[in-house]
Amino acid sequence: MATGAAYDRPSMSGAPTGLNEVLQRTFSFPKRHFLSATDLNEVEVANLLDLADGFVSLNRQTSKKLDLLKGRTLMNLFFENSTRTQSSFELAGKRLGADVVNMSPRSSSISKGETLIDTAVTLNAMQPDLLVIRHSSSGAASLLSQKVGCSVINAGDGQHEHPTQALLDALSMRRAFGRIAGLKVAICGDVLHSRVARSNIALLQMLGAHVRLVGPPTLIPAAADRWNVEVFHDMRKGIAGCDVVMMLRLQLERMDGVMAPSQREYFRFFGLDREKLAHAAPGVRVMHPGPMNRGVEIDSDVADDLAVSLIQDQVEMGVAARMAVLTSLAARLDNER
Amino acid sequence: MSARPLAFANVRLLDPASGFDGPGAVIVTEGVIADVVPGGDLGALSKDIEVIDGGGKLLIPGLIDIRVKTGEPGFETKETLKSAGRAAAAGGVTTIVVQPDTSPVVDEPSVVDFILRRARDIELVNVYPAGAATKGAMGERMAEIGLMHEAGCLYVTDADRPIVNSKVFQRVLSYAKAFDTPVAHRPADPWLSAGAAATSGEFAARMGLPNVPAIAEKIMLERDLALAEVTGAKLIVDQLTTAAALESFERAVKRGVNATATTSINHLSFNELDIGDYRTFCKLDPPLRSEDDRQAVIEAVASGLIKVIVSAHAPAPAEDKRLPYDEAAPGAVGLETLLPALLAFHHEGRIPLIDLVRTVTSAPAELLGLPGGRIAKGAPADLVLVDPDAPVVIDADKLTSKSKNSPFDGRRLQGKVLRTVVDGRTVYSVL
Repeated sequence: MATGAAYDRPSMSGAPTGLNEVLQRTFSFPKRHFLSATDLNEVEVANLLDLADGFVSLNRQTSKKLDLLKGRTLMNLFFENSTRTQSSFELAGKRLGADVVNMSPRSSSISKGETLIDTAVTLNAMQPDLLVIRHSSSGAASLLSQKVGCSVINAGDGQHEHPTQALLDALSMRRAFGRIAGLKVAICGDVLHSRVARSNIALLQMLGAHVRLVGPPTLIPAAADRWNVEVFHDMRKGIAGCDVVMMLRLQLERMDGVMAPSQREYFRFFGLDREKLAHAAPGVRVMHPGPMNRGVEIDSDVADDLAVSLIQDQVEMGVAARMAVLTSLAARLDNER
Repeated sequence: MSARPLAFANVRLLDPASGFDGPGAVIVTEGVIADVVPGGDLGALSKDIEVIDGGGKLLIPGLIDIRVKTGEPGFETKETLKSAGRAAAAGGVTTIVVQPDTSPVVDEPSVVDFILRRARDIELVNVYPAGAATKGAMGERMAEIGLMHEAGCLYVTDADRPIVNSKVFQRVLSYAKAFDTPVAHRPADPWLSAGAAATSGEFAARMGLPNVPAIAEKIMLERDLALAEVTGAKLIVDQLTTAAALESFERAVKRGVNATATTSINHLSFNELDIGDYRTFCKLDPPLRSEDDRQAVIEAVASGLIKVIVSAHAPAPAEDKRLPYDEAAPGAVGLETLLPALLAFHHEGRIPLIDLVRTVTSAPAELLGLPGGRIAKGAPADLVLVDPDAPVVIDADKLTSKSKNSPFDGRRLQGKVLRTVVDGRTVYSVL
């Protein structure tokens, strides 16, 4: 069983002091895969966030490279297009010293009709250590994890979960507020189709935040009122008194009469602008997982205001949070062998 | 616009909202009801006030008709907002809700705004638009329900066109609910109703008319009620006309579904046999039903199951009606005949007067959150003085409407509007 020292390389040369302290701590990350925010517990999340904090310092140094994952192979398997998540995982792997391979559906045999499981078995034979998957079907990451011998990291499965996004969001919030417990967080927009929302709801509630969902009824799951959240269809009421307003990305083709009547109507009632934001708590911070539709779900005026917006921080935290996840999973692999 | 203060003296006040029915008087200043005096002793009044001696006739709240078509914008040869306003005033109707199936369709806020501005300029009766539920009333993509709501539309509907796609209808219901906007829907199975000019039965068979089974209404209604239940939205069942559908509706209401049913004065007053020798003025949508259905609908109004009666005013000029039956346009004008046709059920002793008046005053006002429909201090001065017993013979050619397609042509009824007041302004008077 994986107990005791999780990291076999305490006191990395080149690592910032804070990071070294965390690396020397004794804690375990007993999971082989990173599939869902609901798999984690509060202690694991706290440790991951501490570790990620250390990596933030490392990433701000001139020399960003460690060899915690030296000799390891990280495969990025992205069936859906992604710029920031894929490059974030790629950088995280490279900075930790792993060999990184990027696979995309256009260049893989998936386009030739191979099933997900066949691809997994093929890739598994190449002995990767860490497999990062994004797929348009809910549950794809879980299915893959049952068929391979390495660690699987869910980088987004359909409308289900995106747990590293929730981790980086938690990291951004903890650094901005010094805590997460007790924060009032409004998650606004297309909750229905959002894996980011589902992972965030689970993680934020575990960490003691109060979560609200805001959006038109067509974009909020019908059963969301059973998730121990408050649901609002009036945005001003929904973000009233909130410390964090987390906007979600909208697919524009859903805004043309399908889930909402038009972009202009959506912006009128659910777009975040100064006037609506004024209803939130003083010191409110705005988040967005990107990419943004300016003028549809968020006004540029708000998105670009560094006194309010955490959007750029989120991107930076993304690399650090993923480094923390990769490090913890690799340590578990070490203990297994 | 404040007209000269008015007082209606010596009238029989009938106000369904409060349940009052008795002698009284009403004083109107600045467009609102300044005082309601049960018993009718007005005491000393200022000389500025125009006192109307009602001669003991009936004073009721101005009628509210929530399903009116005009042809404006787009089909002004049928009816304009002005000609419809005049017809309404002559019929004692002080508020009309106009349907969105104009050209352009009322599916975005600028068309709502156009209608409201036109109505303000015309200054006859109160006009509120209903917005389309879907873009172009095509049943595929949601219209700008929220923006239209803000612009002043009272509910959304695709008017005569059923929204076939259940997913679209579900989204419309749940989206509209966020704005507390009711959704009106005509229950008619589109495939069964396609091309129909009459209701299936012995009559349609003998006359050789393309027909729709009455059950087409129930089939669609069951879907609508189920979706209203699951979304919690406010559904207006637009024109219930069959016994089978009423049975479904009653069950749903007992279960707590937030639905209100209307029916049209035409379906209360006529049955399929009135089509007679292919009278196209009796070609309606939904088509006229059997006598059993008509009786069931009257019963539903009497019991309060159907809360609102509409004229379903649908002007069609002669060129659209002087055609072979199945080529003729459906619909009937009804603004001017609504009140006397309604009073028929009072004169027959079928339904108490106060209950009849409620279906066209306080009930629609309550359904749509309108300030009128009642005679109370502070309410808008929308009032009608009526002689409920005066005999009239409906002469379609003498109707004020631009189109004369009235199935009531030649019918002997009782009830004559003497004076119609909107916001304290007299818009019609034969006194």
